[in-house]
Amino acid sequence: MVSSVGLVFSLAAPGLLGGDLAAQDAAAPRVAAGDSALERRTREVASGLRCPVCQGLSIADSPSELALEMKGLVREQLAAGKTPDQIRAYFIGKYGEWVLLEPKAEGLNLLVYVLPLTLVVGGALFVIRYVRANSEKRNS
Amino acid sequence: MTRAIGASSLYVSLAVTVAALLLVTFGARRAQAGWLRAGYAATYLQFGLMTAATFAMIFGLVAHDFSIDYVAQVGSRATPLYYTVISLWGALEGSILFWGWVLALLTALVVFWNRSREGNLIPYTTATMLGVGIFFQFLLVSPAFPFGAVSPVPPDGPGPNPLLQNHWLMGIHPPLLYLGYVGMTVPFAFAMGAMASGEVGDGSWIRLSRRWTLGAWAFLTAAIIAGMWWSYEVLGWGGYWAWDPVENASFMPWLTATAFLHSVMVQERRGLLKLWNLNLVVATFALTILGTFLTRSGVLSSVHAFTEGLIGYYFLVAIAITLLASFVLVAGNSERLVSFGKLEGVASRGTVFLFNNLLLTAFTFTVLVGTLFPLFAEAVRGEKVSVGEPFFNRMTIPICAALLFLMGVGPALPWKEADRATLRRKLLGPIIAAGVTLVASVGAGVRSPYAALAFAFAAFAFVANIGEFVEGARARMRLRGESAVDALGHLLAANRRRYGGYVAHLGVVAVAVAITASSTFRAEHEATLKKGESMTVGGLQVRLDEVWGREEPQRSVIGTTVTILKGGREVARLDPRMNFYPTSQQPVPTPAVRSRPSGDIYLNLQAFAQDGTNATLRVIVEPLVPWIWAGGMIICLGAMISIAPFGRRVPAAVVEAEPPMAAPAPVAAT
Amino acid sequence: MTTPETPAPAGMNWRRASMAGLVALPIIALLAFGLTRDPGEINSPLPGKMAPDFALEVFATGEPGQQRAVGDTIRLSELRGQVVVLNFWASWCLECRREHQALTEVAADYATRGVKFYGVLYNDSPSAGKRWIEQMGGQSYPSVNDPRTRTAIDYGLYGAPETFFISKDGRVAYKHIGAVTDQLLSQKLDSLLAAPGAP
Repeated sequence: MVSSVGLVFSLAAPGLLGGDLAAQDAAAPRVAAGDSALERRTREVASGLRCPVCQGLSIADSPSELALEMKGLVREQLAAGKTPDQIRAYFIGKYGEWVLLEPKAEGLNLLVYVLPLTLVVGGALFVIRYVRANSEKRNS
Repeated sequence: MTRAIGASSLYVSLAVTVAALLLVTFGARRAQAGWLRAGYAATYLQFGLMTAATFAMIFGLVAHDFSIDYVAQVGSRATPLYYTVISLWGALEGSILFWGWVLALLTALVVFWNRSREGNLIPYTTATMLGVGIFFQFLLVSPAFPFGAVSPVPPDGPGPNPLLQNHWLMGIHPPLLYLGYVGMTVPFAFAMGAMASGEVGDGSWIRLSRRWTLGAWAFLTAAIIAGMWWSYEVLGWGGYWAWDPVENASFMPWLTATAFLHSVMVQERRGLLKLWNLNLVVATFALTILGTFLTRSGVLSSVHAFTEGLIGYYFLVAIAITLLASFVLVAGNSERLVSFGKLEGVASRGTVFLFNNLLLTAFTFTVLVGTLFPLFAEAVRGEKVSVGEPFFNRMTIPICAALLFLMGVGPALPWKEADRATLRRKLLGPIIAAGVTLVASVGAGVRSPYAALAFAFAAFAFVANIGEFVEGARARMRLRGESAVDALGHLLAANRRRYGGYVAHLGVVAVAVAITASSTFRAEHEATLKKGESMTVGGLQVRLDEVWGREEPQRSVIGTTVTILKGGREVARLDPRMNFYPTSQQPVPTPAVRSRPSGDIYLNLQAFAQDGTNATLRVIVEPLVPWIWAGGMIICLGAMISIAPFGRRVPAAVVEAEPPMAAPAPVAAT
Repeated sequence: MTTPETPAPAGMNWRRASMAGLVALPIIALLAFGLTRDPGEINSPLPGKMAPDFALEVFATGEPGQQRAVGDTIRLSELRGQVVVLNFWASWCLECRREHQALTEVAADYATRGVKFYGVLYNDSPSAGKRWIEQMGGQSYPSVNDPRTRTAIDYGLYGAPETFFISKDGRVAYKHIGAVTDQLLSQKLDSLLAAPGAP
């Protein structure tokens, strides 16, 4: 392993090395929160919010720069005493309901919850009836 | 030259395939044995031509023949050979070419192994496969033509998509997936052939396609697991499943195929569920086409999606034709699909299979609804919504838990009505195991009720399935005086299908436990470290030693050297990296994973200072993750035991004896 | 599923088959609808709402006529009564190269009519940003730095480039995802300038 940091950094054309690299000389090192309860609550809220620059990942999971900042925002807001609902409302105000990884159970969205449940319940009733009607008697 | 060979092979192949379809269909209808033979010969010929086209493409890629459209699109002189070869499936046109080739291969094999069978089942099965083949070959000469000419010939190309050339698993996952997807065409073709020939009533199509279904299912299983592994190793977030639309698309046909593998036993034994099983086969095939549609149309955004364009409409037409043809054939065969049998009891294995099918169907339906709902909401309300991981977890984890439970009950229950003594003998052990596990996991601090339940049901299923091996082997030892090892071997050999199934169950248990444990006991920490600084995660010390950089022909690499210490002792040295490809604005994360059976330490380089003085690292400690991959292999092993024609033929005492072989044992499969 | 007691007559199953067809039809229609949509394009809730305020430091001055000194703080709240164009960009963003000329020319044209253009650097370093501006032959309007992408999050950014048109009363009038053209810029600006100003 050749330690050639300087070499690569100087060789790196701006088009080659991307934003995550370039962003670093501006951003102060991120402070990792030591508070584990806060960290857990941050993760809870962040895992329900969709990362705008990724595909389907939550901001809790995504390693992208924007997601990290959004997660940081969630952490700060929680620490400042905001409730998870207030934080979600802020992000909905900016990104629309798209930002919620789980649609709110209201209005049209109810369908996505109700349809599978209907199938399970209806199917269970059907299978029970079917088994009753199509089983040989015990005495056989 | 290469381009000309490839292009002309594709055109000729399409013509030959159309001719083969006509010869086979009319040969069967008019009972012209000569036409049939010619049709079969044409089927072999189209396989030869597709092989020529595929190898022309591979040759073009390896030779960096940038006069070929596709090579100019995905090739680059700097790309290592391995990634050059596998870029065959790195973009749309090549992947369709590979798909068409696999399909041509399977079509030729179906013909080769079954050609001497009497009746019209095989001709119509072949015709169905050729029909699907025509669709893909048509794509290849029109919207997905890979051999277009480039002029002037560029000196070099951009290379494959960085995500696809960053890990060796990209050479494994796509071909497995295509073999699984394309393999599902075979049972579908047999079902259609059976209906078209009027031979659907006796279920011989099921016997003939059983190995194909199992094989395709095994490939699909392996593909899904390999895909999870790839996400885990490449995407840098320490997860393996994100309920991404394309992941869902590969999972749905797996679910319906799994349902079919179980419910088909009810049909074979009792003559029930004929129509249902046909529906499952059709649904599985339709879902594979839907999956291809989702990957290639750009309808839903996804990490794995390829491209956008007209090709989506072609797939849509294909789905419509598939469903239409299936409905018409099912309707035309209504009298032949009536079931006359009875289940042998209420508390019997048959009942468990019915509930298993209900749950798997509900699972498929939930995933389908969740995947397509954003489109629906947009169509109705004009606003986009997301349906992601929290939704799918909430909706499907209860189903998974219930399936785990049934996976223990099913093998324990006999086909005939179970009496109390049997129930006690079979279920007491599993119930005790489940109880102990439940108490232990709550004691170990598992707070989520579903996680505790999952562990308990996994224990239940594990003991129940192991119990089947123990009981069977003991019986042999007692009755025939065999040694334990012999008894177990003979048991397996005598009932390969049944015990292969149990082996697969054990694999599922491993996957379930590993997924539950890795998400429940996951410890995660992210921090910006200066050189020499450390952080503590899950009892481990993680020290940043070095930030370094390196130029490689096809990319630049920024890496870190990180030492992991436990109680002051070094346990591992890892090098999480970021790879910068010229074609991509964002770096491709390359996490470093230290794997042990007990679990993984997962390190991802999130960011670094340009002067190399500090780096932000994400450390995730995830127990048991390797058991997901191992479990997947165990499942495939189980499927192989069920398929394989090897082993001594020990007379089976059980009713579900080996059905007659589809054909003379294929040499290739030994 | 067929129940064994009642061997179904052929006609009935035709009905069943067409019912199954009716189930499949909406799915196919839905997928067809999906083909006409771009999954990357998500409508923003911001247009019509007050534009989020910000206070960001200038790192690239712009050219005479629109110049601001490096280190000056730009506050949106101080720009009330003027039409403002915010363009989020980055040096690593390829689309930004395509729209650069249109932006810098239209900004110079409209500067005399009281339109303020600002570039907001997204997920990038000011030094890389400055280099990029030099490479591109200058930028007529000033650019500010958004060090922790908070302003980008406030504006619901999905990526770069994105351009926001803010009316005189401080509302987001229009948001454009992707590269802008000079026609689009002047068309939007003309209509915003024609609208009555803030009280």
